[in-house]
Amino acid sequence: MATAAEKITELNGYRLHVIPTEKYKTNTLIWKMKAPLTKEDVTKRALLPQVLQSSSAKYSSTTALRSYLDELYGATLFVDLSKKGEYHIMSFSIEIANEKFLSDPSPLLRKGFELLAEILTNPNLKGNAFDPGTVEKEKRTQKQRIQSVFDDKMRYSNVRLIQEMCKGEPYALEVNGDAADVDAITPENLFEYYQDAFLSDEMDLYIIGDVDEEEVKQFASDLLKFEDRTPKKLVQEKVTLNRQVNEVKEQQDVKQGKLNIGYRTNIVYGDSDYFALQVFNGIFGGFSHSKLFINVREKASLAYYAASRLESHKGLMMVMSGIDLKNYDQAVGIIHDQLEAMRNGDFTDQELVQTKAVIQNQILETIDTSRGLTEILYHNVVADANINLDTWLKEMQNVTKEEIIAVAKKIEIDTIYFLTGTEAGK
Amino acid sequence: MEKISFDQLQEELYHEKLANGLNVYILPKKGFNKTFATFTTKYGSVDNTFVPLGKEEYVKVPDGIAHFLEHKLFEKEDGDVFQQFSRQGASANAFTSFTRTAYLFSSTSDVEKNLETLIDFVQEPYFSEKTVEKEKGIIGQEITMYDDNADWRLYFGLIQNLYQNHPVKIDIAGTIESISHITKDWLYECYNTFYHPSNMLLFIVGPVNPESFMNQVKENQAKKEYKDMPEIQRKFENEPTEAAEKRQVLEMNVQTSKCLLGIKALHVDQSGNEMLKNELTMNVLLDLLFGKSSENYNQLYNDGLIDETFSFDYTQEQGFGFAMIGGDTGEPDKLAETLQKMLLDAKNQNVFNEDQLERAKRKKIGAFLRAVNSPEYIANQFTRYAFNDMNLFDVVPTLEKITLNDVQSLASEVISEDRFSVCQVIPKKK
Repeated sequence: MATAAEKITELNGYRLHVIPTEKYKTNTLIWKMKAPLTKEDVTKRALLPQVLQSSSAKYSSTTALRSYLDELYGATLFVDLSKKGEYHIMSFSIEIANEKFLSDPSPLLRKGFELLAEILTNPNLKGNAFDPGTVEKEKRTQKQRIQSVFDDKMRYSNVRLIQEMCKGEPYALEVNGDAADVDAITPENLFEYYQDAFLSDEMDLYIIGDVDEEEVKQFASDLLKFEDRTPKKLVQEKVTLNRQVNEVKEQQDVKQGKLNIGYRTNIVYGDSDYFALQVFNGIFGGFSHSKLFINVREKASLAYYAASRLESHKGLMMVMSGIDLKNYDQAVGIIHDQLEAMRNGDFTDQELVQTKAVIQNQILETIDTSRGLTEILYHNVVADANINLDTWLKEMQNVTKEEIIAVAKKIEIDTIYFLTGTEAGK
Repeated sequence: MEKISFDQLQEELYHEKLANGLNVYILPKKGFNKTFATFTTKYGSVDNTFVPLGKEEYVKVPDGIAHFLEHKLFEKEDGDVFQQFSRQGASANAFTSFTRTAYLFSSTSDVEKNLETLIDFVQEPYFSEKTVEKEKGIIGQEITMYDDNADWRLYFGLIQNLYQNHPVKIDIAGTIESISHITKDWLYECYNTFYHPSNMLLFIVGPVNPESFMNQVKENQAKKEYKDMPEIQRKFENEPTEAAEKRQVLEMNVQTSKCLLGIKALHVDQSGNEMLKNELTMNVLLDLLFGKSSENYNQLYNDGLIDETFSFDYTQEQGFGFAMIGGDTGEPDKLAETLQKMLLDAKNQNVFNEDQLERAKRKKIGAFLRAVNSPEYIANQFTRYAFNDMNLFDVVPTLEKITLNDVQSLASEVISEDRFSVCQVIPKKK
């Protein structure tokens, strides 16, 4: 079993994480920036990385930038936004070939660093603002991106569940922002936001590949220098549920109903019972041997998919299933029964052992990809924790049945959302 | 066991063809936790008319049966194989494509046991009327899920436009109506015909010792009795080279329109190096035309005709093939028209230069290196290549040899209005 040796160094304004490995034929650079989710900034913050990756001062058009990437043996550059708890995270990733595997031996890693620095720190400006043409184009794309959620019903119903369940909490904000706020963004105010973000965000750089740690440090400290800062931390407020289960049904022209149920786990990454929560989720709905899959799909034949997943920093669990419109009551009933069974300790030692083995396998597989590894390591940054992977796996293996029952009892149902068709009961 | 070395990539591949005809490949990958194995039969949704093993007449089977069989193979008299894999700490899955059905697992422990489970469950079918009926509910929901998926409808709608007779136009999962005709006897008939080891390929990639794994597979196979298999007789009707329909518009519950332009492929009788070269040249051509560094892409993006969902892709298999270009758009008609014009311009004049070609080739070489970081990619793609008598590890050398002339002559040959077709999804009128 090989977990990861992560070497962390504080540099100017950010942390450098180096993970040397000979597994890959490429080297990966991932830059992450984190700030609290706010209604005021979320839409601008979602637009910013798109503008930065579309051109720069040196490569002043998309064609110029993308041609350069092609030349670097098809280096990839992409940006990505995510929510972790009530933080909004921008990621910039570059993956570049390791020249060791090419017939052309000219070194590429430094070029990858130079490109990352160019994208982050040398944007395409007109005076004291971003290039207006670029901003205009990316605003149009952003509106389409926000709108497209509606067209993917699985994603849409998940987004709607969160909106309903977390109404009034920052977590309800969508990762791509609000379409109504796009128009107000200007090349000037976006540039101001950019400057603020680079002054105050918490920033981390991950380098994964067959690299030399000292060389990487040198590249990073030469090319990426920012002001030191004390990043803003959130104090997670506990949400007390003092209401009935919130049941929301929405009608649209769909053939298959989408059932999404949201729960408050009251447990987050870093809590002592977080590992028990992971095992709980594995027995309840995380896998194809779990109670949800067996009972909703295999026994009742109601669905093709029925699963649960956790949000580790906000403390949520989401159940999702696609069912025939007429089977709503039966499906909800079966899902309730499975949670009840967990609370009553109605699961075998075999289910427990099996689930731990599958979780262990899943984690070890995830860290076989540079991106998966980065996501797992980044949990520590978000939660301000320091749990290494070996500890994670050991703690998970030590979870007992009693601890899982205790977790099951802490979990509270919050909202049932059902996207239903116009021909219900057909 | 033969060892094949790829020096530039620093990989070594081990291969043996067993006595019963099964091809086994093992690629050791140091440093990885995971071992990934696929067990694949050259049997997919297009193989719907064939002579069943031991019979003489062609039969036509219900649409969706290859995929149905894939689901049902996981169920045994004493329970579900998913359960057994997860007891052994593995995660298992399967998929059915037009031409292949693959069963797979990945695990970081108990790899030998999981490999044994994979081989045995695929080679020991258990179908009963009762479990076949139960599966119809589950697959019915899978079909309904895809019915609501606009991208899937768009993709399949375009294939249906392009093809007149070829079964590639039939949805892989079939329809709720067609799967209602599936019985356990049909499943056994398909199984016996297509799941003979000589029609299959086993690929193992991970931190493994090739000798011991090869021995394990050999011992496993030696215990099972297989009669020599006559060559499988499949039948396909003649297919015209032109697109069957020029245009199809689907109204769905979406807010953004979608538009895909398709080109029906030529040379779909190729295999081996010829096919590899054709496929890669076509991919380079599409990248030159519509890649993010192309003028066309920039024009389309600046004019607001495309967004980040824009993509293009080329598929070529025995007997069918197509290129597809498009994505979400505010102006589906204008996008279709512009794409056709861009293609015809490239057909009629020399629009590319050496620098562009060199960049496109470098980009593809880098993409290949990235792809071979992934055990899943290696196993799945190697199998697809092998079923078409190509070698995945020939990709880079073949790419390096592509010339401007190759690209230009393919463009003038394959781009042709009568092989174009357009499929659009537009918001349903209230």
